[in-house]
Amino acid sequence: MKPDSLAQRIIPVLAILIAIVAIWYVAAYFMNAPFQRDLDRRANVTSTTMEFIGKTMAQPKPILPAPHQVVSNVFENTFLRSVTSNRSLVYHSWVTLSSTVLGFTMGTLTGILIAVGIVHLKALDRSLMPWIIASQTVPILAVAPMVIVVLGALNITGLLPKALISTYLSFFPVAVGMVKGLRSPEIIQLDLMRTYYASGAQTFWKLRVPASIPFLFTSMKVAIAASLVGAIVGELPTGAVAGIGSKLLAGAYYSQTIDIWAALIAGSVLAAFLVAIVGIIAKIVDRSMGGRPA
Amino acid sequence: MTAVLRSWQGTFALLLCLAALTSLPLMARDAPSPFGTGSFTVIFLLVAGAALASFSRLSPPLLAMTLFVAPHLAVWLLLAGIAGNEGKATFAFFLMVAACWLIAWRCVTVLSGIRAKSKTGDTFLRLLIPAIFGAWILILWEAATRGAGIPFIILPPPSSIGARLASSVPILWADVQQTIFKAVLFGYVVGCASGFVVAILADRIAFLRRGLLPIGNMVSALPIIGVAPIMVMWFGFDWQSKAAVVIIMTFFPMLVNTVAGLGASGAMERDLMRSYASDYWQTLMKLRLPAAMPFIFNALKINSTLALIGAIVAEFFGTPIVGMGFRISTEIGRMNVDMVWAEIAVAALIGSVFYGVVALGERATTFWHPSNRGG
Amino acid sequence: MPMNNAPSSVVSASKLGLTFETGDGPVHALSNVDLTVNKGDFVSFIGPSGCGKTTFLRVIADLEKATAGEITVNGMTPEEARKSRSYGYVFQAPALYPWRTIEKNIALPLEIMGYSSVDRKARIERTLDLVNLAGFGKKYPWQLSGGMQQRASIARALAFDADLLLMDEPFGALDEIVRDHLNEQLLKLWARTEKTICFVTHSIPEAVYLSTRIVVMSPRPGRVTDVIESTLPKERPLEIRETPEFLEIAHRVREGLRAGHSYEE
Repeated sequence: MKPDSLAQRIIPVLAILIAIVAIWYVAAYFMNAPFQRDLDRRANVTSTTMEFIGKTMAQPKPILPAPHQVVSNVFENTFLRSVTSNRSLVYHSWVTLSSTVLGFTMGTLTGILIAVGIVHLKALDRSLMPWIIASQTVPILAVAPMVIVVLGALNITGLLPKALISTYLSFFPVAVGMVKGLRSPEIIQLDLMRTYYASGAQTFWKLRVPASIPFLFTSMKVAIAASLVGAIVGELPTGAVAGIGSKLLAGAYYSQTIDIWAALIAGSVLAAFLVAIVGIIAKIVDRSMGGRPA
Repeated sequence: MTAVLRSWQGTFALLLCLAALTSLPLMARDAPSPFGTGSFTVIFLLVAGAALASFSRLSPPLLAMTLFVAPHLAVWLLLAGIAGNEGKATFAFFLMVAACWLIAWRCVTVLSGIRAKSKTGDTFLRLLIPAIFGAWILILWEAATRGAGIPFIILPPPSSIGARLASSVPILWADVQQTIFKAVLFGYVVGCASGFVVAILADRIAFLRRGLLPIGNMVSALPIIGVAPIMVMWFGFDWQSKAAVVIIMTFFPMLVNTVAGLGASGAMERDLMRSYASDYWQTLMKLRLPAAMPFIFNALKINSTLALIGAIVAEFFGTPIVGMGFRISTEIGRMNVDMVWAEIAVAALIGSVFYGVVALGERATTFWHPSNRGG
Repeated sequence: MPMNNAPSSVVSASKLGLTFETGDGPVHALSNVDLTVNKGDFVSFIGPSGCGKTTFLRVIADLEKATAGEITVNGMTPEEARKSRSYGYVFQAPALYPWRTIEKNIALPLEIMGYSSVDRKARIERTLDLVNLAGFGKKYPWQLSGGMQQRASIARALAFDADLLLMDEPFGALDEIVRDHLNEQLLKLWARTEKTICFVTHSIPEAVYLSTRIVVMSPRPGRVTDVIESTLPKERPLEIRETPEFLEIAHRVREGLRAGHSYEE
């Protein structure tokens, strides 16, 4: 099979995206039209079809805001406001980003440590590993409100409680991925180290650790996305004043639909940005470790 | 010396016992009902005896049995002794709990070293070892919260969570019906089914596949949970809005995995089907869908967790006065922490059962896959 | 128990046995193996799969423990021999670390054994030269062909100057043309370095072409059925494989293998 050219890969994606935007506009018209008709009737306004369509796309609190309304809101709140203003999306994204990154870092380190323990202690492997796997089936996010409130009762507020939720969410994928990675060397490679009479530490650093790096990055991509979700959900229950989650909640409270959508876009951009950074670092590390260029 | 080294847990357990002896009693002097000398002697003999036994060369099963019974009996006596003395436990008390824990660790180490001869024995060991670990989390939790008198609001002891669980079965059941049987199941079935159908479509139409797959992959990294307030606005406070969130969350993993799975059959097998002049649907049913099953089940497993999370978190944004997410957010507001924990325990149980059912289905369907064949 | 170790004997096994306990009862991988490998020998082990030839090599390397009999390697137990790093082992697959360049792969045992960086550099250069890979040191394994990768893994086994080279079907995964070429190079390398080589193979021409002695083994239980001394000269061009002398030895090996098989069925 020939590798796809750039155009071959991008055109279908663009086509689908354009289709989504088109459907979005149509849906915006139909979802907002009843309310607009209601308004017009009460104000005794008659408008041409084009005017009417225009009005459905310009409501302050539409049921479904049109894409350009969301885009202009995002643009306004990203580039036109000072970053310290609490209407600035940059500010809210920064709040969420900082707790995401803090939680992700702690979670990744914990996950790696636990994985090292599991690989080296058989008792830990057999007693802890089943629980780690089982805990992945548990809706952990349900704990988020309690963590926030309980830590709040202990006077621990601000960044740390949210970061702890992110830690919790990101540590599982890393631990599981690293256990797999540290166990990935084949028997033949372990035998080779044995013929050299290599010590346990030498086998660990020269074989197990390098072999586990690709697994680490794969699980880190999952973990950073989970961290972001954790941070956003962590901002919900306390009526936090800042962050993408609080922006969602405030939008829901005051029916500011455009704000909700704008916050969603901000969250998505943040997620794409974080995953992309991990991806780029992964690629650089892979290249420096002699990975075959894809 | 080698014997001492062989069971370092035993050595430390003995040292802890001695340290506990020097810092007696087990309860503060003003405790209403302190330990009697008799019960303390029993506890001490159990722990010290087990520690000494761990140095012996008993046969592993016998040794494991001893190391299993003694510390758990002792720690049960210790925990029972807290009743009426909450918050009065002394340093010596925790030393004795720690000694019990070390011996249980030794027990797990011995158990991990046993190679069961029969299959049932192996399964038993595989369940027993993590069960001991889980039990000790609860034991340490119980001892720490009640022994040291940690405020109820911060961390209630497992026993009172259990009591709350047992006394609020009707409320919990109503929440489960609202959240699980209505929102989660409906959303899960519709989300997975539509993801699957779109994946088949995308498989037939290459253009659609090339367009949808990168988008689907990207969406899986996005915080989709954020659509919850919009869905609540559109579909109202009742379960329909939660089901909608669940549908959106489960759709993309199913789509991406199914498309990947449909590409998983080997070129040689596909050439074989081609040589039979089999048409698209025959190839799909006889070769490509069976080959895709591991991927589809992977999506079903991921989605089982996502569906629960979606429904519960969506309830944080508005709900009628019933539902697991509603209960968690309101009870935490009232500082009824034990009720929150009870709800979380139920969520954990349902999550595991849900996952377990999907895993059983997987084992029945994809028994041929290397990851299921075992040994 | 004192054993008679002539200074020239590198591997000496007597009444060696190895039994694996499996779910379906014991499997006798090796039974009653008596064998001496002398210094400078090129000994091939040949036989059908399951005859224990690889197992025997792994016992020498202390990757398996014998359950009966005695074996010494360089006059020591296999474990002591392994700990004094007295052999280099070449596996069926190159087993090069994909994250290390060829140079760094050869440096791996040297790093583990604590050679200085100056010494490492000299040894890498010398061994790369020995296997005709000079100039490929900076490449990563995936940039090399299968035959070159296997040569790199031989260089890795030679790097720390062990006198004994244990090779477990090193060319088994390569095509015949590459294999012929590598066989020729291996013989030259053996002549230049004067190492003792134990070589496992399932190819009769390969065994006859390379060896000074051919050990024929047979399965269930794994045992030695014949030891054939090669009468071929030390200098062996590829064409020697068409001489009557070569064919005669090959015939004897084939007879030995057939005799071993007659125990079956």
